[in-house]
Amino acid sequence: MNDQLLSIILTIITASTPLLLASIGELVVERSGVLNLGVEGMMAVGAVCGFGAALTTGSPLIGILAAIAAGVLLSLLFGFLTLTMISNQVATGLALTLLGLGLAGLIGESFVGQPGVKLQNLDIPVLSAIPFIGPILFGQDLLVYVSLAIVAGVSYVLFRTKTGLIIRAVGDSHQSAHALGYSVIGVRYLAVMFGGGCAGLAGGYLSLAYTPQWVENMTSGRGWIALALVVFASWLPWRLAIGAYLFGTITILGFSLQAIGIGIPSQLLSSLPYIVTILALVVISGNRALTRANTPACLGQPFVPDR
Amino acid sequence: MKIWMAMAAALALSVSTGAVQAQEKLKACFVYVGPVGDFGYSYQHDLGRKAVEKELGDKVETVYLENVAEGPDAERAIERLAREGCKIIFTTSFGFMDPTIKVAAKYPDIKFEHATGYKKADNVAIYNARFYEGRYVMGQIAAKMSKAGLAGYIVSFPIPEVVMGINAFMLGAQSVNPDFKVKIIWVNSWYDPGKEADAAKVLFGQGADIMVQHTDSTAPLQIAEEQGKLGFGQSSDMIKFAPKAQLTSNTDDWDPYYIARVKAVLDGTWKSEDTWGGMKDGMVVLSPFTNMPDDVKKMAEDTVAKIKSGEFHPFTGVITKQDGTTVGEAGKVLPDSELLGMNYYIKGVDDKLPQ
Repeated sequence: MNDQLLSIILTIITASTPLLLASIGELVVERSGVLNLGVEGMMAVGAVCGFGAALTTGSPLIGILAAIAAGVLLSLLFGFLTLTMISNQVATGLALTLLGLGLAGLIGESFVGQPGVKLQNLDIPVLSAIPFIGPILFGQDLLVYVSLAIVAGVSYVLFRTKTGLIIRAVGDSHQSAHALGYSVIGVRYLAVMFGGGCAGLAGGYLSLAYTPQWVENMTSGRGWIALALVVFASWLPWRLAIGAYLFGTITILGFSLQAIGIGIPSQLLSSLPYIVTILALVVISGNRALTRANTPACLGQPFVPDR
Repeated sequence: MKIWMAMAAALALSVSTGAVQAQEKLKACFVYVGPVGDFGYSYQHDLGRKAVEKELGDKVETVYLENVAEGPDAERAIERLAREGCKIIFTTSFGFMDPTIKVAAKYPDIKFEHATGYKKADNVAIYNARFYEGRYVMGQIAAKMSKAGLAGYIVSFPIPEVVMGINAFMLGAQSVNPDFKVKIIWVNSWYDPGKEADAAKVLFGQGADIMVQHTDSTAPLQIAEEQGKLGFGQSSDMIKFAPKAQLTSNTDDWDPYYIARVKAVLDGTWKSEDTWGGMKDGMVVLSPFTNMPDDVKKMAEDTVAKIKSGEFHPFTGVITKQDGTTVGEAGKVLPDSELLGMNYYIKGVDDKLPQ
C-alpha cells in the first residue's frame, strides 16, 4: 500500500512540474501587462530543441539550456511584434502557437523515432534512502526543485523587492510607470523573455524528463492549461503552485481509481482535473477585492510612449 | 479547452502538400488523425503513402492532412481535399466515418476509402486490419512472461476495435493462464505521451509487470524500460525505445493495400469493397519476438502460423461474456459483423466498459 501511495505521489510530481514551469513564466509576463497566448508553441519548440541538443551532445543539461534558449528566442519574436511593432497581443500569441508547433515539427522531423537522453533523478545519498519521504523529497529530477525554486523566487521578487514593484507597476498602469521614468517596454521585454524561457524549460521537461522522446504535438495542450491556471490562480505564485499540483493530483488519482476498478466512468474522471481545479481556484479567489487587486490592470493593452 | 480545439482545427487546415505537379497525375489524398511524426498509427499510414509514391512514381501525386480532429472539423478537411481535385481520398481514423460518408455523397466521382469503420457507399470502400490477431498472441506471451499474472492495459476510446483488442488479448492470456488479470486505464486520447506515461506509472505502481497499449505513443513502453518491466509496442516497431522491455509490437503495414487501391483507380477497376486484412495478408505484422525465452517464442510463432493458415481464429465460440452470458456456437468462428460491433468484455476482464 505504501509502495502504491509512493508511486502515485511520484507520478503526481512529474505530471505537475511542466504545468508549473510553463505557468509561472506566464504569470510574470502577465504581471507586466502582456498577454502571451503562445505558451504552447514555445513549449513545443523548447521540447524539440532540448531533445535535439541532448541527443547530439549526450548531455541532458545542455538540452535544458537549449530548451530555455529556444523559448527565449521565440518569445523575443513575440516581444518584437507586440512591444516594438505594437501588434495585437492576442492574435500574435495565437500565431506564435501555430508557428511554434509547426516549427517544432519541422526541426524535429529527423528526431522522430529516436530514443532520447533522460535527465536522471538526483539521488542524494543517504537522504533519498529514507523510506517513503526520501524518494519524494530527495529523489526527484533537478527540474522539480528548479520549478519550486522559481515559484519561491518569483513570489519573493514580485512582492518583496523593488524590481517586483516596478514589474507590477508596469502591468497595472504603464502610463504612470512611464511617467516615473521606468522603461515600460524594457521591463516587458525582460518579462516576456522570462516567460519564454520558462515555457521552453517546461517543454524541455517533457522531452527530457517526463517522456524522453520527441514526437509532434507532445505538449498536448499543456500550454493552454498553464494559461488558464494563471488566471484562476489570480496571478499569485503560490496559488499557481497549488493549482498546478491539484491538476496533476486529480489526473493521476483519476487513473488510479480506474485501475483499481471502482466503476466511475472514465470520461468523467478525465474531465475532473479541469472541473476540480477551476472550482478550487474559484473558491480560494472568493475574495473579490483581493482578486481585483491582483489582476494586472493593463493586461493585454499595448503601450505607445507619447513623445 | 475550446481554444485548444480551435487551434487544433486551424492547425489541421495548415495543409502539408507534396510538390505542385502537372495536372494529369492522379491525386491520392490522405487524412490522418495524428501527426505523421507520432511514430505510431499515423506514421504507419504515411509510410503507406510514401510507398504509393515510390511504386507508382510520376503517375501519382499525394497530399496529406495531418492532425485532423475527429468530428465536424474532419468534414471540412475532407471536403477541402475533394474540392482540390483529389481522385481518391483515404480517411484513416474511426471518427472520420460519418464525415467521409457525408462528403462522399456530395462527390460521387471521387473514390473514398475509410479505415476501421463500418459504413460503406458506392464510392466509399472500407478497410481495416485484424489487429486482434496480434493481440491474441500478445496475450499468450504476457501470460507466460508475467510473474504477477497481471497486465496493465492503456486504452484510448471504447470503440469496438479497442474492446475487441482487449478481449483478444485476454482470450490469449487465459489460454495460457486461466486466472490472468488485467487492469485497464482509459486515457481518452489516442495520443498524449505525458498522460500515457502517467497511466503506465500508475499501472506498474498497482502491481502490473507487463504493459499493453492501444494508444499511439512510445511513452508507456519507455516507462516499462525505465522500471525494468516488460511491454508491447503499438503500430510501429518501438524496439529502439525499449530494447530490454519490448516483447513484440503489433505493427500495421498498409503499403500493399494502398498501392493496390491507387493502382485500381488508375486502371479504372476500383470498386467499393470491404477489406479486412490480417496476418495472412501481411497487413498485421508482429515485429521480432525479443526479451523472451525460446519456448515462449516458439509458442508465439506457432500461434502466428496457425492464425495465418486459418487453422485457428481467436474468436472461436463459445465465448463467455463478462456478465456470464455466452456468444457463438462451439467450434464456430464469430462472424465479422459480430466482431465489428463488439461492445462487451469477455469473462475475466475486471473493468466496467464505458458506454
